[in-house]
Amino acid sequence: MTTAALVRDLGVALAPDRVRAGALELALYERDASMLTGQASVVCFPTSAGEVSAAVRVCRDHGRPFVPRGSGTGLAGGATPLGQVAPVVIVTTKMNKILEVDSEQRFAWVEPGVLNLDLSTAVAHLGLHFAPDPSSQQSCSVGGNVANNSGGPHCLLYGVTSAHVLAMEVVLADGSVVVLGGIDPEPEGLDLRGAFVGSEGTMGIATRIAVRLTPLPPCVATLLADFSTIHDAAAAVTGVIAAGIIPAALEMMDATIVEVVEAYVHAGFPTDAAAVLLVEVDGLRGGVDVCTSDVEAILKAHGAREVRVAADAAERAAWWKGRKSAFGAIARIAPSYYLHDCVIPRTRLVDVLDEVGRIASSRDLVLGNVFHAGDGNLHPLIVFDRRAPGVLEKVHEAGRKIIETCVAAGGSLSGEHGIGIEKREAMDLVFTEVDLEAQKWLRDAFDPEGRCNPEKILPRGGSRCGDISSLPPGAWV
Amino acid sequence: MKDALRSFADQIGSEGPVAVAGGKTHWGVGGWPATGTKEVAAPVGVVAHEPAEMIVRVGAGTTLEELRSTVEEGGQFVALEADDPSKATVGGVLAVGLGGYRRLGWGPVRDSVLEMTSVTAGGEVLRSGAPLVKNVTGYDLCRLFVGSLGTLALTGEVVLRCRPIPEAETWWVGEGADPFAVAAGLYRPLSVLWNGIHTWVGLAGYRVDIEDQARTVLGRAFRPAERPPPLPGRLRRSLTPRDLRALPSTAGVDRPWLAQVGVGVVHCGEAAAERIGPVGPPSSGVWDLHRALKERFDPAGRLNPGRSVSGVAAGAGV
Ligand SMILES: Cc1cc2nc3c(=O)[nH]c(=O)nc-3n(C[C@H](O)[C@H](O)[C@H](O)COP(=O)(O)OP(=O)(O)OC[C@H]3O[C@@H](n4cnc5c(N)ncnc54)[C@H](O)[C@@H]3O)c2cc1C
Repeated sequence: MTTAALVRDLGVALAPDRVRAGALELALYERDASMLTGQASVVCFPTSAGEVSAAVRVCRDHGRPFVPRGSGTGLAGGATPLGQVAPVVIVTTKMNKILEVDSEQRFAWVEPGVLNLDLSTAVAHLGLHFAPDPSSQQSCSVGGNVANNSGGPHCLLYGVTSAHVLAMEVVLADGSVVVLGGIDPEPEGLDLRGAFVGSEGTMGIATRIAVRLTPLPPCVATLLADFSTIHDAAAAVTGVIAAGIIPAALEMMDATIVEVVEAYVHAGFPTDAAAVLLVEVDGLRGGVDVCTSDVEAILKAHGAREVRVAADAAERAAWWKGRKSAFGAIARIAPSYYLHDCVIPRTRLVDVLDEVGRIASSRDLVLGNVFHAGDGNLHPLIVFDRRAPGVLEKVHEAGRKIIETCVAAGGSLSGEHGIGIEKREAMDLVFTEVDLEAQKWLRDAFDPEGRCNPEKILPRGGSRCGDISSLPPGAWV
Repeated sequence: MKDALRSFADQIGSEGPVAVAGGKTHWGVGGWPATGTKEVAAPVGVVAHEPAEMIVRVGAGTTLEELRSTVEEGGQFVALEADDPSKATVGGVLAVGLGGYRRLGWGPVRDSVLEMTSVTAGGEVLRSGAPLVKNVTGYDLCRLFVGSLGTLALTGEVVLRCRPIPEAETWWVGEGADPFAVAAGLYRPLSVLWNGIHTWVGLAGYRVDIEDQARTVLGRAFRPAERPPPLPGRLRRSLTPRDLRALPSTAGVDRPWLAQVGVGVVHCGEAAAERIGPVGPPSSGVWDLHRALKERFDPAGRLNPGRSVSGVAAGAGV
């Protein structure tokens, strides 16, 4: 069937003005925040679960795959449309209502397009928040957080998205609707909720999500420590964890990042430091005081030149703004960036950071590090001008080397951004064929025909025999 | 441990009904294994505790008691509970997947699991997750396996998250307090238990904070308790936290129950269980997904035949 017929049927299922197939719209939705480009056939904007289900059924009738999409801030190509035939992109941005807030039971039912920060802002007056706080929280959707099992600085203590999702309503690839999980603690059956979280839009579209709301801590202390070497800073991170302290957040920024951030938002970071650690402890007054002085002592023992404690909420906010603006700020160096996301054992921080630095410098690439040091989640950030001849190849080569280095250190491919298209061919580095086959069983049980966000996560499109179509430009395989 | 896993896989093989026997403390949950089912044992022993990484690699046949004593040496603990830790094994606790009294503070069992090495129905060794505290690489099969009663794969070795042992853990008991108000007033309590008359509160963390909470929130209505109360029975019900308010107030001797306030789990015996309805069962679409999973993970139905995750709520065979 033709695309015109598809557009017509989707227009009947939704409304004609919420079904778009113009060149401009298709171009806007051909990729997410990664550099991986695909091709959409139609973009549509449902406003309810019923419309999502109807759209999915139209896709099925037309033999079209579909791709769920939230805000498109994903960095692994998860929302980039790929398929043997160009998929329909189903965007949740018009499903952005907070449906119910239950402050007694501390949860909220939300539509998937609700923005992460909007949710926390909306429940702040109740003394509650949605704990996962990705740096992109002003723009990413709760549906995207669920699909990517997203993290953020404060997930060190509070846990990543999976620990904050109680239940969700999902439209499956055949258009049927199921509720996974529940508000009660031990819903009958397998933990399909847990299996769905992190499935990167390949097991259905979440149309309603029950998220746990967490009390805001009564007391918070934020420490800023600066170091003259990255080594000392990394050793200090290990020192804090080894002392049995799990701060609410433990973030590192190196000199490259500190310099641009400071110039951009004037957060008050010391620009002559080789590395800065941002440590936050929270809880009740007494424990926060004990913990603050313990952390301060450990940081100093590991060579911190200075440790400052945020004087007030304004200073704390300025520091966090600095941390979370890093990706915007680096545009001051060059127009493009490639943000990596790997995890390593925390005790390997020092040597892996060294090696990552060498990988970039030996290729004349500018690289900064701004990352969740407390849980070993690296974010090497390569900054470049893609117009310079040959630079893209170098960037991709460096990326591949960084991943190999992390895996060799006992790490894994992704701590929070997911596999998407970006890293699917690297899955073989960490999993055997048996492991991957079992992952495919899960995926297939939810979507036997492979129509929901095809060609993601599993290498070779999820087939052992390699009948994979093309890879989009930008995939570093 | 490689050898132990290999021999575990060899024992399981690729044909015939098979189940892993742990401490058999919850052997009947979800139904008894069909007669003729071969019983195998999972590898035993702590392989490595890495305090600086806050992880421990352990054979699934290891008892919780052995795990606790090893990890404690590094000043840490694993957030798993069982009524009989000297018998219950790590693999058994994960297969059943139901937490104990401290779930309010510790979170569910599955959040402690970082990596699982299992054997598939085809007899092949399958690894999911990674020995890292943060990881979103690939599909989360660990979450699927925890609570699956060994019906999808049989687990031989796991990597678990460790946590620092808090400065103190103390318990309190009081009579006549509103347990819901107490739970709402406390900051991140470890546990609030209620039997209709008494409320027990567990607090963990820095001593100063515990004393502060005890003074300002618990007040005179509470006195220190040695430990939490014993289980009133071996059954459990899963209610929404709010529905606990409507529990039949027959706390007396005949039909005792004990509710985890803020969580929704109710521990009880058969008499009380009859009067505490479970939340409605999942829809048929959800059971279709269960069937689709079983068909793929265990097409011949050889893993734990006779057991089913849908039998748990009914209390089959507990
Ligand atoms: C500057 C910047 C900073 C970032 N910082 C962080 C960070 O600190 N931590 C972190 O974890 N991530 C971070 N990210 C990555 C990204 O923001 C997160 O992955 C986010 O959760 C994606 O949400 P989204 O709404 O943009 O999803 P999209 O990009 O639209 O989609 C992401 C994936 O989710 C699927 N999906 C979306 N909605 C649904 C749904 N309703 N049902 C099923 N599947 C769905 C898509 O198919 C896709 O696979 C950052 C990104 C940027 C650009």
